Amino acid sequence: MEQHVVVILPHPDDEAFGASGTIIKFREEGTPVTYLCGTLGQMGRNMGSPFFANRETLPQIRKKELVDACKVLDVNLEMLGYHDKTLEFEDLGEVAEHLKSYLDNIKPSHVITFYPGHAVHPDHDAMGAAAIEAVKRMDEESRPEVWAKAITHDRYEKLGRPEITINVEDYFDRKLEAIEAHRSQAEGMLNQFRKSPELRELNAEGTKHLLNEEFYKWTFDK
Amino acid sequence: MESIQKEQVQQALDQFLNKEVYVHLETTNGAYASHFDKNAYNVGAFIRNAPIQYSQAKIVGEHSFRVGLKAQHGWVYAEGLTDFEIDDQNRLLMAGHDVEGRLMVALEISETPFGQ
Repeated sequence: MEQHVVVILPHPDDEAFGASGTIIKFREEGTPVTYLCGTLGQMGRNMGSPFFANRETLPQIRKKELVDACKVLDVNLEMLGYHDKTLEFEDLGEVAEHLKSYLDNIKPSHVITFYPGHAVHPDHDAMGAAAIEAVKRMDEESRPEVWAKAITHDRYEKLGRPEITINVEDYFDRKLEAIEAHRSQAEGMLNQFRKSPELRELNAEGTKHLLNEEFYKWTFDK
Repeated sequence: MESIQKEQVQQALDQFLNKEVYVHLETTNGAYASHFDKNAYNVGAFIRNAPIQYSQAKIVGEHSFRVGLKAQHGWVYAEGLTDFEIDDQNRLLMAGHDVEGRLMVALEISETPFGQ
């Protein structure tokens, strides 16, 4: 199987915060990466201070940011056209078939997505579940390896330690560049992250959390 | 968007009186509220492109405002609005933001459906 990584996440910026170091590493090794981005993040809350967006202009702004971030990451981008915060209400099988149409075409070696039930945001959980269902519907021999990202506080307790940890120190500047490309989100998200009482301990360790990208290898029931 | 000017918003509300309009109403404290603070609950509601006709509209309050629309079969209202804009398509966009510029509530009125 040719190496090709398909990243399946719902929001513009999920790739930058969650997997950009890993993506850059794959790209530097010459592996093509395709990002299937579920929505345009239409329901994002950060409008800037002073404002640079409103509810109606945000989708176009975030679309541009997504394109810019994908340029930084040097990945092929496909926008799937779902509406932010509605993915969990879509028919899972239909979304899975939609995703599978891309996978059948690309024949990837790896799929990176969210760990359903451990991804905090309802869109994350739904996109992860649909991505895994899509891979499950492929012939066993042609199934890519699925790397699932868990971000709940109790993930180690519930799931154990992840099998894959990618240290992204060498690519950290470009990872930050990708995060910053999502201008409307980066500042607000990083602020929220810094102030969170739940994350205070993690924050004390500075950017350690962002320096290592962790993934669980998904195993399919035989 | 700019801070709400009550008279301007009242005027804009009145121009849609007794017309078929599309309403976007939304409130949220974000999908990560309880992730970042375990004492918080995630709450939110969202309706986009609900068609209504209203016979009375009022903006009330100071600093932070409430807007109520008396519709044929009931009411629509939003609380906590701080900013507004009449955009290039003559749509009235109103929103309430927190100190960091995050949207908490939005009420928008348009004579044509809002985009996806």
